[in-house]
Amino acid sequence: MSHSAAAGASGDTRHGLRIFLIWLPLAIIADLLIWFVWYPHLPPGRMSDQAQGQQFDIAVMAVLAAPVLLFVWVYFAYALVVWRRRPGDDEDGPPIHSNTRVQATWITATAVIVLGLFVFGTVQLIVPAGAGAGEGPSPTWVPNTNNTLQVQVIGQQWAFTYRFPQFGGMETTQLLLPMGEEVRFNVTSLDVIHSFWAYQLGVKADANPGVNNVAFAKPQQLGSFTVRCNELCGIWHGAMFNYGRVVTPAAFQVWARGLQLREARDGLLRDLPPYALTYDPTVIPQLGKDIVKVAGITGANGYYYPSQLQSGDPGDPVSP
Amino acid sequence: VSVPARVVTLLVAFALVTLGAVYVVAHFVVGNLPTVDYSHAASGGVVNVVLQEDPQNDSSSRPDWVSYFVMKPGANPGLQSSWVHTTLFSVPANTRVNMTILGYDGCTPPRNNFWTQVQGTMGGVMAFQQFKDTNKPMGPVHVTPTLNGWAHCAVGHTFAIPSLHLFVPVASPDASASLCSSSPCVAGPFALQKFSFMTPPHGGEFRWQCFVPCGGGYVDGNGGPMQTLGYMTGQMTVVGS
Repeated sequence: MSHSAAAGASGDTRHGLRIFLIWLPLAIIADLLIWFVWYPHLPPGRMSDQAQGQQFDIAVMAVLAAPVLLFVWVYFAYALVVWRRRPGDDEDGPPIHSNTRVQATWITATAVIVLGLFVFGTVQLIVPAGAGAGEGPSPTWVPNTNNTLQVQVIGQQWAFTYRFPQFGGMETTQLLLPMGEEVRFNVTSLDVIHSFWAYQLGVKADANPGVNNVAFAKPQQLGSFTVRCNELCGIWHGAMFNYGRVVTPAAFQVWARGLQLREARDGLLRDLPPYALTYDPTVIPQLGKDIVKVAGITGANGYYYPSQLQSGDPGDPVSP
Repeated sequence: VSVPARVVTLLVAFALVTLGAVYVVAHFVVGNLPTVDYSHAASGGVVNVVLQEDPQNDSSSRPDWVSYFVMKPGANPGLQSSWVHTTLFSVPANTRVNMTILGYDGCTPPRNNFWTQVQGTMGGVMAFQQFKDTNKPMGPVHVTPTLNGWAHCAVGHTFAIPSLHLFVPVASPDASASLCSSSPCVAGPFALQKFSFMTPPHGGEFRWQCFVPCGGGYVDGNGGPMQTLGYMTGQMTVVGS
């Protein structure tokens, strides 16, 4: 090794040590702040098991990312201060040679971080019970209990309604859930694609017509949560939101039974279609031919509008 | 070309583009849909609002979609000039709205029969009466918490303000008669419907809409009037005191 190369190597070592000593306490402080101060306030909160899991995931990601980010910033600042051009210094910089130790460390560290996050993220996406995401009609990851409250979420332009098959199939625009009980959301749509996003519960599942998309959540805190459509679905997409509430199991039973009784009394339960996991968005098979006979006045021939209806076509409501 | 000429040309071109953009925004995006002002029509904490919904026809509703119309406060519903082709209206805050809807359109089954339940009205009910023609009632006034749109050809549309939890099926007229063919309708079979609700204590904008997909000629009835202000959706402006 030449004299200059040896000097450069020892100089690199000192710089590296300095950078490490600056970076290490900053990284420790940042991670402690993230874990103990920021973590409890990270979205989406701790209203359900799923939300709690997502909050944990975000905290872990932040704890891992902060040292990397700080290393880049420290290195950048150190380079600006130490290796800046001095007045009157017009010489070229020294030739750069590869440094096996630095390269090996970099490759190893980044590989461990990326592969670790890959495994961590994959596991966290499916445990527990799909992590609040829609798992499709046949969920692979389900809660370890048969005692789940079934809630059907029906998207339509521009509102969500909710059916409770365990309460006579009653339907409502309000979403109340019992604390501490596992909830199975069966999400579907009657028209276009919507997305059911119960933000504080950590639940998000697409609502597709003709598809049952299953997601799970276990509420852990009392209070209200926001339900928002997360898929652009028409002129009032931005207004397609409401608020749900997590209540005590006793209060939920009172509410659900009361609503079921009221809807039975008013005849609504009789008028609703039999509970199903999906509903045909174009045909109402429960209707007979009576409506169809009234051609020219229903505007729909008893069903819904064919997409290519032309003036003068049979069933065109404009036609005499 | 001289520098002043270039500067002037640039400024003129910039002004034209700016004016064009403003015109597009004002005309096509914001639109010139009128708002019928009921905010000064209240008396004793009550305001009477009158709407009508019409079938597709070839008259003043352009394009020929099903459409709501709003009556001018205190006007004569029997005159076409009383009706404004808009779905924007304003009402005062903390006021009882006595809503009257003249349903001239024929029946269309709601896609979700849940919307045939009356919700959010005072008493949880609405009253309707079908007329074969003007002043020719076909039966008594029905007061009901639901109007099954699947069992009977009785529901044409809905009037709903979701953020106020107000959902009301709008009755349709006798299915055997010919519908009104000239909008705004002042003759022909219709259903007279009434219900009341309270406006919130503070001002704000509240969208309202029909939940029956009634966009004739559009895929599954979802387009056209369902997606256009001035037809089957609109806004109720609540004016604070």
